[in-house]
Amino acid sequence: MGKRGGKGARCGPGAMTSTLADDFSIVLCGEAGQGIQTVEEALTRVLKRTGFHVFATKEYMSRIRGGNNSTAIRVSSRRVRALVDAIDLLVPLQEGAIEHMGARVAKGTVIMGERGVLGDVPGLVDVPLTEMAKELGGPVYSNIIAAGVICGILRADPAILEAYLRERFGKKGEDIVSKNLEAARRGYAIGGGLLAKGTFKVAIPPDPSVGEESLISGADAVAMGALAGGCNFIASYPMSPSTGVLTFLAQHAREFDVVVEQAEDEIAAMNMGIGAWYAGARAIVSTSGGGFALMVEGTSLAGMLESPMVIHLAQRPGPATGLPTRTEQGDLDLALHAGHGAFPRIIYAPGSIEDAVLLTHRAFNQADKHQVPVFVLTDQYLIDSYYNLPDIDWDALRAETHVTRTAKGYKRYALTGSGLSPRGIPGWGEGLVMVDSDEHDEEGHITEDPGVRTSMVDKRLRKGALVLGDSLGPELVGAKDYETLLVGWGSTYHVIREALERLGRPSVSFLHFKQVWPIPPGTEAMLRRAKRVIAIEGNPTGQFARLLKLETGVDAHHRVLKYSGRQFSVEEVARAVCDAIDGGGDA
Amino acid sequence: MDRTAYDMGRIDIAWCPGCGDFAILKTLKEALPELDIPPERVVFVSGIGQAAKFPHYLRCNFFNGLHGRALPPATAIKASNPGMWVIAESGDGDMYGEGGNHLLHTIRRNPDITNIVHNNMVYGLTKGQASPTSMLGFRTPVQVEGASSEPFNPIALAIALDASFVARASAGDPKQLKEIVKRAIRHRGYALVDVFQCCVTYNKVNTYEWFKQNTYYLEESHDPTDRVAAFKRAIERGKLPLGVFYTSPDRPTFEDSVGVYREDKRPLHGRMPDRREALKMFMRTLK
Repeated sequence: MGKRGGKGARCGPGAMTSTLADDFSIVLCGEAGQGIQTVEEALTRVLKRTGFHVFATKEYMSRIRGGNNSTAIRVSSRRVRALVDAIDLLVPLQEGAIEHMGARVAKGTVIMGERGVLGDVPGLVDVPLTEMAKELGGPVYSNIIAAGVICGILRADPAILEAYLRERFGKKGEDIVSKNLEAARRGYAIGGGLLAKGTFKVAIPPDPSVGEESLISGADAVAMGALAGGCNFIASYPMSPSTGVLTFLAQHAREFDVVVEQAEDEIAAMNMGIGAWYAGARAIVSTSGGGFALMVEGTSLAGMLESPMVIHLAQRPGPATGLPTRTEQGDLDLALHAGHGAFPRIIYAPGSIEDAVLLTHRAFNQADKHQVPVFVLTDQYLIDSYYNLPDIDWDALRAETHVTRTAKGYKRYALTGSGLSPRGIPGWGEGLVMVDSDEHDEEGHITEDPGVRTSMVDKRLRKGALVLGDSLGPELVGAKDYETLLVGWGSTYHVIREALERLGRPSVSFLHFKQVWPIPPGTEAMLRRAKRVIAIEGNPTGQFARLLKLETGVDAHHRVLKYSGRQFSVEEVARAVCDAIDGGGDA
Repeated sequence: MDRTAYDMGRIDIAWCPGCGDFAILKTLKEALPELDIPPERVVFVSGIGQAAKFPHYLRCNFFNGLHGRALPPATAIKASNPGMWVIAESGDGDMYGEGGNHLLHTIRRNPDITNIVHNNMVYGLTKGQASPTSMLGFRTPVQVEGASSEPFNPIALAIALDASFVARASAGDPKQLKEIVKRAIRHRGYALVDVFQCCVTYNKVNTYEWFKQNTYYLEESHDPTDRVAAFKRAIERGKLPLGVFYTSPDRPTFEDSVGVYREDKRPLHGRMPDRREALKMFMRTLK
């Protein structure tokens, strides 16, 4: 992207640094409740509407006030969709914020803030935000002044900034609006001055078509995908980082006719979801690892009842409470093995915001079609990240149902060649719909007959072939005649993709899996074509690499693993891949 | 309507001969046709245990789910299709023990469902351990010195939570049982019927004779809308009252509050949503 790490970059120091150009990285860091979100919201909207591509992601502590949280915003003339370590502009809002960013504060980082707050920071670009805000009538205006400064540095369209502020503060009255406009104007002037002085060497040409794009977060995307998939029921218990999906659907429940219930616990949520599907609704539960642990018996119930179910599992680091607000790709094994007994399932792992829409939509249709539980495995990083994207092809996203009207003598578990029995729902048709968590006969009544038991197990497992037949294959990024193959899944997609671009090595390609179970057909051949397979994943044991070995016999030569609770950065992946290739050792 | 609509014919029933469950089964098979409710419009939801096998023994739709988890799917089924009659039926271990948390919150939610709990004060299917309603001192192979936890009082709990209908009946008096169950089914809102029932195999203390000696009916003059009076009756020691303790009929139901039926009365399955246009419009608001 931009000038950073252009073609032919080699490993070693210096490869990842560059002069500023049209790719600018901003980090806002301060305590929870200090207003970072206000600045972030204003900046991303205004910069995007100006015609810049934006990407934002955040890391935050598990507390309501205080601490140090940060939001990283990338602005570019090209699409930016991944976390980078580099910080061009750091805006620390409190003491300790600079230390919080650690080694990411490097030579090229300009620190802008208040000397009065931060003390004597070498090279500080001092902007007396508090004092200026006071002049305008109170400390609340400092956030908009800061947003104004950054808009000035990047030459955001002042008219768009003004329109945004009118829209944002209009309800609060003309006085508040005009003070915010003044705050933004004063900030903008400072930013313009810094640019003129050469403090920042940045020039991003705006593209007006970008202004028409939408900004969507991972959480929004999962919820919108669910709606496209016909979701009309959500029962969930709030748990970071999965709560955004519940909140979104609750806030739009009236427009979209969704039954929304905050359950007493995840056990209730899951059992409600299965009950809703039984009665003809299309339900989702949204949870995280610990909450999903409570849904494990319910997952098994869905397997036994042959009930469709959609489970959004937003991963965070465990075991137990782990790091509640951090990210990890640590629950693949959990999702894969959850539930006693054998039954087919599908696990999707979106790599992008678009994927989160498409795969959650698909989860509903696949769950309904094959009568199996379907997981959408995201994580805190994906859920809390957002970027601008062109419109989704909503017309292609139909909700498909396979429910049949029952006739007298209907048998819910009629044995069929495919394993699928037509799914009726109670109250629609002449038949009775009987489902049981005990082993059951074709009607749905309890049985312990060994022959019936065997044929029912076989019937349930036969659906596995149908599921496999509907697989989404992995995406190959790069040339087909690779020597080294990077393997990733889920939310690392854009990070690895950008690292690959920066490396600029034609012999290295990247294989990304958005369906991690069942392993799509053809995987083994793609892995075997590589001389070297480097598995990159955000967990301590290489869960996906192990699964690939189990399913294909191919063992990754290197595993690049991260489990600090933070997402991989582009630079980190690029370095690790270089080390693996050139060092030959296990990265 | 056909009085035999719920009959299954000759079937193998897993209950012990003499079990109190038989009387409850007969009662429901009579009560539902008398209320003119056809089997196709009823969903029985149960958990696990001997009582939870109940729906297998009458013609109806059923969801025989996990241990302790009858109430969440029952709530969801009613919320997805309010036109169905939903009856959650299970035992004291299932509803009051494993599913205790769901009981609390289902009462709070107030879905329009009937909750019939077979209360025999013992665990049957696991072979004779104490249940949440076992009396103090009740000896079992596990509670070797006798149960030491205070027995769970479902009636007092339900009244404390302002449950919309709270009653207790006895399987030993099928006539009254039927009247109470019919009132509970007709009642709009969550209706709890705790049914004393004998376990002839594992409870040699709380026998038919014991229940006869230790229960009495609330008098005609009892006002079920008087919550404090109802609560006093619920915590009486000694002989245990039977009958309708309490009703709070004005509480809105869960289905009323979920919003999706305000204008459109169709069940969710009858309105397969196509959100494509709405989502296109919505996307435009995210600029």
